[in-house]
Amino acid sequence: MRPSRFVVLAFCAAALFLGGAASIPAQGTTLSFLIDNQSALDGIKGVMAAAEKKLGISLTIDLRPGGAEGDNVVKTRLATGDMDDLSYYNSGSLFQALNPPQNFVDLTDEPYMKDVLDSFKSTVSVNGRVYGIPADAAMGGGWLYNKKVYAQLGLKVPTTWAQLLANCDRIKAAGKTAVIGSYKDDWTSQLIFLADYFNVQAKDPTFAADYTAHRATIAGTPVALRSFEKLQEIYKRGYMNKDLLATTFEQALKMLADGSGVHYPMLTFALVNIKTLAPDKVNDIGFFGQPGDSGASGLTVWMPAGIYVYKNGKNVDAAKKWVGFFVSKEGIAADMEKQKPSGPFAVRGASLPADVLPAVKDMLPYFDSGRTAPALEFVSPIKGPNLPQICVEVGSGITSPLDAARQYDKDVEKQAKQLGLPGW
Amino acid sequence: MSTTTRSAYPWLFLAPAALVYGGLFLLPTLISLFFSMTRWTLTAWYFTGLDNFASFFTEPSLSIGFTNTVLYAAITCGLKVVLGLLLGVLLSSSMRARGFLRSMVFFPNLISTIAVGITFSSLMHPSRGVINQALAALGIPGPDWLGNVHLALVSVALVDVWKGVGVATVIYIAGIVSIPPQYYEALQMDGGNAAQKFRWVTLPLVRPAMNAVVILAFIGGLRTFDLVWAMTRGGPGFTTDLIASIIYKQYTGGFYGLATAGNVILFAVVSFLAVPLYRWLTRHEVDL
Repeated sequence: MRPSRFVVLAFCAAALFLGGAASIPAQGTTLSFLIDNQSALDGIKGVMAAAEKKLGISLTIDLRPGGAEGDNVVKTRLATGDMDDLSYYNSGSLFQALNPPQNFVDLTDEPYMKDVLDSFKSTVSVNGRVYGIPADAAMGGGWLYNKKVYAQLGLKVPTTWAQLLANCDRIKAAGKTAVIGSYKDDWTSQLIFLADYFNVQAKDPTFAADYTAHRATIAGTPVALRSFEKLQEIYKRGYMNKDLLATTFEQALKMLADGSGVHYPMLTFALVNIKTLAPDKVNDIGFFGQPGDSGASGLTVWMPAGIYVYKNGKNVDAAKKWVGFFVSKEGIAADMEKQKPSGPFAVRGASLPADVLPAVKDMLPYFDSGRTAPALEFVSPIKGPNLPQICVEVGSGITSPLDAARQYDKDVEKQAKQLGLPGW
Repeated sequence: MSTTTRSAYPWLFLAPAALVYGGLFLLPTLISLFFSMTRWTLTAWYFTGLDNFASFFTEPSLSIGFTNTVLYAAITCGLKVVLGLLLGVLLSSSMRARGFLRSMVFFPNLISTIAVGITFSSLMHPSRGVINQALAALGIPGPDWLGNVHLALVSVALVDVWKGVGVATVIYIAGIVSIPPQYYEALQMDGGNAAQKFRWVTLPLVRPAMNAVVILAFIGGLRTFDLVWAMTRGGPGFTTDLIASIIYKQYTGGFYGLATAGNVILFAVVSFLAVPLYRWLTRHEVDL
């Protein structure tokens, strides 16, 4: 046993030495950048190349898993003081749980911050101080659909929930999967619930504030409970693929692109993934906001993820410079050149190129007519960590919507207490 | 002359081991007992008494772990004990290709659990998986192995058995080989057949090996995490969540106090189930 242990030790020592050697800047500065492995990197790589040319700062990308496991990696690395110089992470409620003032550099007074839209800033702020820049374009949460199949079957974009169900009936009768479920990647199960928030706030404008202050619950608010009911209705009516619990995000995108599945409740960032998976099909994909039971339909908007500078990193100044370049006109141009944006940018003066994807064009009327609302996680700091699993249970008929709402209210209570919010 | 002279000398020999044991085991255990009674953010804590334990037992998404864990441990342990014994008897008899078959049985144990989990979750895919395609070729509609809420836990347990039965078999083979041949010869003189040899010699005398298998498989089952995580992540919903995967999820969610409480509970469950089981089993052993 002894020799092998020495081999392992020697190997570790070599790895440490090499790792240490790699982080010594040879020419200019090299920053490390932690990002999840589900986001498309083309745009960021475009900015990286441009920044290296202009600032002499290069980046090494560290990939981490997405979803809850990614949260785990980020939280553990922050807690152990072993964070990359730059990190890419959700804005909104998930970001709030990272204790930003302790971990990230305050960017409030940086000159470029005046160009970042306030609607984004509020999602990466704690006590009025701003800690991040928008890493991407804003996204819509709603329904991606296959326009070719819609044209074949003579369907129109639905503006009420009943019309959507009628469309699904027609698609089902035509022998196709009306709604694609990809619950193997459980985060995708939340979309119908979360994208319904435009309809919730249209009926109950103070819901977010009441919910944060513990004056309202999902189970006790019919219009909020309705979001869980919609999720189950889609399943109970038999619109979904039989293997929805074994299907992954990527398989779902392929089904949507080739038209064997016609609707996919999703965030519009997925368009970038479709473009990579099926470049010739991405123009067949359209998008609409999740319709409500009555009233004008609107769009639930997701703020982009943020990029944050680690406070205890070795290269804080270089990292701040890089971040500033990222939101500059040059930086955004380099980003858009490599990756077509999946929605409007949260930076003033950044206009969308003319050849933007059709599904992104479908989003613009909602913005132009003001029929948008930020998703609940951007207007309330609480989001229960068990929502993906709870949505899988509702969306595959294991639990009733009411039981799920009660369970989720419990989950949220834990989160609110953990954050130390008043009223809980 | 007193033999119990008080001297610091022996303690010096004890000190290094005691330091390691105290610093790496005792101290963290005591600290975790404390933090299990707090709401903890890793930098600040707030004392909440037994709230964390209460929510572990009352919230359905947490308490489902107890039934699942015990069920999982019982299924995997039971199958490993029975199948391992049968394979052990078979592979300790003189037969063709014995060495090859022994390696075949042990082989799954050499593969990383995560790799096994990922492989089987694609083999068990309801429509594209090899298992269901083979069943379909025979005209049998295969179930959704990992999607059906009543079946998912059993499916994972079966994969665990496939992977772990090799170790059980090896322990059994060692036990069977060490049985003195005189017993078999004596039975043969009395005209006993193969079944009687198994019933009256092998079974009672392989008892110590069987006890080792029971204890190892049961504790292993109670603490399982990696296989479940690789195959279902506790899903669909919470139906295959075990105590260990629930602890992991609470930790991921940032509920460090709650996660610590879960670890204390797991420690208690393993101790309170495994120790009496071990006592009970060893009382029934016979000497060779």
